Amino acid sequence: MAGLLKTNTPPRWLLAELTYSCPLQCPYCSNPLDYTAYKNELSTDDWKRVLTQARKMGAVQLGFSGGEPLTRPDLVELVQYARELGYYSNLITSGYGLTEEKIIQLKTAGLDHIQVSIQASSQELNDHIAGTASFEHKQNVARLVKKHGYPMVLCVVLHRENIHQMPEILEMAEALGADYLELANTQYYGWAHINRDLLLPTKEQFETAEAIAQAFKEKVAGKMKIYYVVPDFYEDRPKACMNGWATTFLTIAPDGMALPCHSARELPNFDCPNVKDFSVSEIWNDSKAFNFFRGFEWMQEPCRSCDEKEKDFGGCRCQAYLLTGDASATDPVCSKSPQHGVIDELITSARTSALSDDEKPLVFRNSKNSRR
Amino acid sequence: MNISMTLNPENLLSFSPLHRLQWEEAQQKTVILYPEGMVELNQSSAEILKLCDGSRQLAQLVQELETKFETTGLTDDITAFLEVALKNGWITQN
Repeated sequence: MAGLLKTNTPPRWLLAELTYSCPLQCPYCSNPLDYTAYKNELSTDDWKRVLTQARKMGAVQLGFSGGEPLTRPDLVELVQYARELGYYSNLITSGYGLTEEKIIQLKTAGLDHIQVSIQASSQELNDHIAGTASFEHKQNVARLVKKHGYPMVLCVVLHRENIHQMPEILEMAEALGADYLELANTQYYGWAHINRDLLLPTKEQFETAEAIAQAFKEKVAGKMKIYYVVPDFYEDRPKACMNGWATTFLTIAPDGMALPCHSARELPNFDCPNVKDFSVSEIWNDSKAFNFFRGFEWMQEPCRSCDEKEKDFGGCRCQAYLLTGDASATDPVCSKSPQHGVIDELITSARTSALSDDEKPLVFRNSKNSRR
Repeated sequence: MNISMTLNPENLLSFSPLHRLQWEEAQQKTVILYPEGMVELNQSSAEILKLCDGSRQLAQLVQELETKFETTGLTDDITAFLEVALKNGWITQN
């Protein structure tokens, strides 16, 4: 690429994964399977440096995520620092361990919004999926978030175990007074990838749930905004993943590894730079990893000559790798992909699993399973 | 909070407490920030929203902008934009 004049768009969205620690064990967690192998978390000063550098480049949306970001003792300090820099800060939390006192502290420090995840509309299923008794506490946290003047975003990850609860999930969101409801169909990376046969709903289940959500969206227009994350296995075009590689999003993992998307750690032999070694600007503009899938040069056919490539950027690199073994391939979700057949196969495999009498158990995200 | 979607000229207009209006140096633009999202504003939209501080009704707001930009006949454009703003939850009226 030397000598080629190009202007990168600056990062707008910074996802700060403060830690891989989490009291929950959701079997669709997007953290890497071997998360226990990354032990050296960034220090408070490291994070402050990263926040300063990214803000200078133009990042404005900031997500504090994890793992469970509440387990970091310096969260309030980082929130305050981010506010001073002018970030809009989002706390993406399970709500586990969040007290009213902490909610007030975070508000005073300048936190803009809290997104609480709830795993299901019933206690039994929520606590089963989360691997921790947490349902009542989460509901209470949602009410407190609202009480203290934050926009309240409820996030429910959808999969085969809870998608039938769509009417009750919507009812719950309305009763809790959510300002935004994120209905996120599971994306099959990390732990969700290995649990796919048990988590992927059938097409009929999706269509039923989607129709209910759509009708609800019209009913609550003006009161609640619904973000619906589509299940791309049932689409015939891939998602415009990350709005294009390294155009908008920057993720910093707990150990300081900088990633163009939060799953990029799964790509093999992909040497992502660390903020302990380089500045955010060097990483964003000059590193091999961030330039690897930028633009269209890297594409193979059918993407290369496709008239939709500027719309979906060839889909998701991690999905291409996980499902075809080649990170540069067309995302197999695309019906133009020569490997589109793998999508039909995995849908059939999940359906077979759903119908079988002796379905294998879910692999929960915990340190024991991570070390296997 | 009045969640009616129609603009009432009698009401005082406020910027929503669930959103943030901010000048972005890197983009040289005023933006609206909200949970996981951002809207970039052009200059006239930004000027309108900055005046939604709970102290003005529609007519006062129009008059102030017409004076500031030494022009007349802004009522329709401003009303149309405020309707959009209201529908998107960027402003409230009470």
